[in-house]
Amino acid sequence: MKYFHLVWSALMRRKTRTLFTMFSVLAAFLLFGMLDSVRTSFADAGHSVSGAHQLITMSKLGLGNQLPLSLQSRLEAVPGLTAVARVSWFGGIYQDPKNFFPNEAVSANYFAVQDAVVLPPDQLKAFQSTRDGAVVGATLAKRFGWKVGQQIPLEATIWPQKDGSNTWTFKLVGIFHARDASEKSIEGVMFFRWKYFDEARQFAQGSVGWYQTRVANPEHADQVATAIDALSKNSDHETKTVTANAFTASFISQLANIGLIVGAIMAAVFFTLILLTGNTMAQAVRERIPELAVLKTIGFSNRSVLLLVLAEAVLLVVIGGVAGMLLAAGVVGGLKAALGSQLPMAPVGGSIWGEALILMILIGVVVGVLPALRGMRLKIVDALAGR
Amino acid sequence: MNAAVAEVQANNGPLVQIRGLSKVYTRGKQKLEVLHHIDLDIARGDFFALMGPSGSGKTTLLNLIGGLDSPAQGSLTVGGKRIDTMGEGDLARWRAANVGFVFQFYNLMPGLTAQKNVELPLLLTRLSSAKRRQNAAIALQLVGLSDRASHKPSELSGGQQQRVAIARAIVSDPSLLVCDEPTGDLDRQSAEDVLGLLQRLNREHGKTIVMVTHDPKAAEYASHTLHLDKGTLVEHATVA
Amino acid sequence: MNKFLLGLLLVVVLIVCLVVWSLLPWYGAVAAAVLLALWLALTATGRRTLSVTGVGLATLRSRWGASSVIVIGIAGVVGVLVAMLAMGEGLQATLQGTGSADTAIVIRAGSQVESNSVLMHSDAVLIGQQPGVARDATGHPIASPEVLLAVSLPKNNGQDANLSVRGVGEEAWAVRPNVKIIAGRKFTPGTLELDVGKGVMAQFKGMAIGSDLQLGSQKWKIVGEFDSGDAFNSEIWADASTIGPVFHRGSSLSSVTVRLTSPSAFTVFKAALATNPQLKVDAETTHQYFADQAGGINKLIRWLGTTIAIIMAIGAIFGALNSMYAAVATRAREIATLRAVGFQGTPVVASVLLETMLLALAGGVLGAFVAWAVFGHFTASTSAGGGFSFTQMIFQFRVTPALLWTGIKWALAIGFIGGLFPAVRAARLPVTTALREL
Ligand SMILES: Nc1ncnc2c1ncn2[C@@H]1O[C@H](COP(=O)(O)OP(=O)(O)OP(=O)(O)O)[C@@H](O)[C@H]1O
Ligand SMILES: [Mg+2]
Repeated sequence: MKYFHLVWSALMRRKTRTLFTMFSVLAAFLLFGMLDSVRTSFADAGHSVSGAHQLITMSKLGLGNQLPLSLQSRLEAVPGLTAVARVSWFGGIYQDPKNFFPNEAVSANYFAVQDAVVLPPDQLKAFQSTRDGAVVGATLAKRFGWKVGQQIPLEATIWPQKDGSNTWTFKLVGIFHARDASEKSIEGVMFFRWKYFDEARQFAQGSVGWYQTRVANPEHADQVATAIDALSKNSDHETKTVTANAFTASFISQLANIGLIVGAIMAAVFFTLILLTGNTMAQAVRERIPELAVLKTIGFSNRSVLLLVLAEAVLLVVIGGVAGMLLAAGVVGGLKAALGSQLPMAPVGGSIWGEALILMILIGVVVGVLPALRGMRLKIVDALAGR
Repeated sequence: MNAAVAEVQANNGPLVQIRGLSKVYTRGKQKLEVLHHIDLDIARGDFFALMGPSGSGKTTLLNLIGGLDSPAQGSLTVGGKRIDTMGEGDLARWRAANVGFVFQFYNLMPGLTAQKNVELPLLLTRLSSAKRRQNAAIALQLVGLSDRASHKPSELSGGQQQRVAIARAIVSDPSLLVCDEPTGDLDRQSAEDVLGLLQRLNREHGKTIVMVTHDPKAAEYASHTLHLDKGTLVEHATVA
Repeated sequence: MNKFLLGLLLVVVLIVCLVVWSLLPWYGAVAAAVLLALWLALTATGRRTLSVTGVGLATLRSRWGASSVIVIGIAGVVGVLVAMLAMGEGLQATLQGTGSADTAIVIRAGSQVESNSVLMHSDAVLIGQQPGVARDATGHPIASPEVLLAVSLPKNNGQDANLSVRGVGEEAWAVRPNVKIIAGRKFTPGTLELDVGKGVMAQFKGMAIGSDLQLGSQKWKIVGEFDSGDAFNSEIWADASTIGPVFHRGSSLSSVTVRLTSPSAFTVFKAALATNPQLKVDAETTHQYFADQAGGINKLIRWLGTTIAIIMAIGAIFGALNSMYAAVATRAREIATLRAVGFQGTPVVASVLLETMLLALAGGVLGAFVAWAVFGHFTASTSAGGGFSFTQMIFQFRVTPALLWTGIKWALAIGFIGGLFPAVRAARLPVTTALREL
């Protein structure tokens, strides 16, 4: 630490150059912070606690193909399952197709399976006892200004009513919150009663979109899933059962290879950054060769000189990088506040900061190492004579 | 500074003892011997001037004595220690403890204040930061620049910068000062200030000084003058 | 104060230049380049600029480290920008290139997308009889009743992905003449045979003519590969009457695509459907239907790509500023000598600017080239099928000349910003101090 002022004064020798370089580093880490927040949000989606002990049983043909209602009782008999709920994707539209949000018909016991949400007990009761009852997440309620007790009309895209009408009206009986901040996206979903939906729809009565079940022990999830799929083996309704986490992960991987895209962009950014900062450091050390020679004359060891230059490079990158990350945290926070919680961006928290700091130090060392070696290897007598 | 005096009393041999010293530079296949079999003793407490034409090898010899370079042949003993056989790391530690350097172009750190420049060698010791500050202040006082402690080199005159450099050279209390044309870049008045200061350090504080100079007037401040010509010593004893 | 005003003036000039530049079409830029060349060749100041620039370029080699920072930095920005835009462009081109103005798609009212829609066989017959529908030589309406299904199959990377399977009849080929069999043959109606789109063939595991494919409880045989150059390349086609029951869809349909007598017949056709009390359907030209699905995604990708590129550009600008300030500093003496000899400010400013822009151009060309080389024939896929089935849309990145030009425009803009301030510094360097420096 007693050498800090030496490192600092070296950086401050050319203030403009240092500042400009820091701005470049800032831009790179601003981008890193934001992109990594997107990547983390997608990666986390497949790793929630609640998703580890929920299983999704769907048609082996793929989602969108229905399963028979008769599977319910057979699932209930599978050992290791504590609850079996039915879900059908409704795909209704509220006022305008642009207002898209997920809405699903679920059986009354759904919240015994889906524990990612917190619903007040009286509202849960109301949901279970109201035929056309619906509950929505807090974000969704806020988005449209919905209040408990009000009627919400949805236009069906898949499921018309018996009379051919597309308009379904639900009574809002509860508003739920996410149990954990990392699963806040569920607050953008609407659930209503499957029984009402099944009785009122025009066709395909008794068909179920998928079954969502809860396992007693997440460690046995794989065995239970195999047991479930064995039930319908070789029937004309074969199933495929995966954990809710695996389901989400596969959904995201089909959307786009986020990791690859982010990785490719960041590789381009950091490659450029290393070149740019490396050039600055090389220039800075070249100018300071006589000064470094004096330090060695006075008795500074080769190692001290090496470490001084490395520290300078690391400090340069860390200052710019931390500023960039702070900005990224601010931007992500601002965007989330403005655009709502469905935005696929995780808050810039501990793990993203950790990765960023490691990257900063790594980049600092990479750009500093050649100039530092040059400083270390200089021959005092030559450097003093200006050779 | 009492330590240096004590050392002089304890050890009566010469501080610097040079025997058969040669230096060869190789440029490609061509070999250039710059110093030929130099024998030289420099007594403790001496103020020693080295003169000679340009290219005669003065700086080369000085760098050898200061432990910045190693010879091709011969032995070099300073304060009873063979430094010609030391490795790079040992030499660095030895320099930090035993030698102070003063250069023609001062070579101060442009980003540091006078005070911080003087403190630089003390960073290599175990002294506390308060003690470092105190010792640097004493050294600056000795060179008469206490009032400029917070100035950067660019805010000081050449003579003042050279005095800061001298303060830096003596702050860790080395027994030997090595000066390469310390007045080469200064006007007459500043040069005399600097030379007077060196003389005072020599007489009052018992520093052994080896100084390269082109200026006969500067050499007058020394107690001995030696001439170097094409790599060999030509002795002219003079008394200040 | 004077300095502040000058700075302000520079920023205003910069903003005006950037706005004009961003709006300039390619021929405008060519005109500007020609004007610049004429100025350089014909006026005295221009010729001086040229000679000063020549001196600068001659010393470039000794400054290659700093110069390459400009080139590579800008290449990075342009490369990422072009690649991102090419992705959006590719997706949009695939969807917008699908469909035509003289065919219309009919789906159940309110269902938005084909995969949500359910129609009965009787509806299909009725739709074919509406006015505006073209008829073939034998007088039959050219209308193709189809069922669109989603199936989950493993991709080449081993991960399962949803794929569209379209159950069709003979008419499907008639309403889409651009769908051509490029290998093998068409499936035989009534059998368990499949034709596979070119995109699916390339991206999904185990796809080859002659090989078997398990769909539901049945084993199917791939007998042909088709290429339509559009969204249908992401589908598998089979006989509607065979595949419907496998997916428990019976004889129900998803959509009817009809050939219209002419594009203008669409209004008549649509109006007739709307007023028919037996039908509850929506109709759109197929061109419009697919374009609607493209709009949002490309906009999002464009927005993302531009945002990322802007942030990268800011980083690159500071890199360029650093390099050019350093260049001006190392050449301070030379520039001052030129000025002392009698060169005026303009050639000096112009030459520094010119040098930066040349380096930027090199970077832009490099970045655009790399993007073209890497992504020119890059095939990607995303869930864009619309509706809940989220089937895969396979598309090619499209590195179009327009995108390359956009990239080069960005490069020159970055070079301009990075060069302007150092250029002005060079011209304002007091001659006397510069000569004394070093
Ligand atoms: N690294 C080196 N490689 C080759 N030759 C060198 C090197 N260093 C010094 N020399 C040569 O050694 C000779 C002595 O140089 P030195 O610097 O010791 O001279 P000097 O007496 O200090 O001269 P001046 O009074 O000009 O400073 C010169 O001829 C010089 O060219
Ligand atoms: Mg010399």
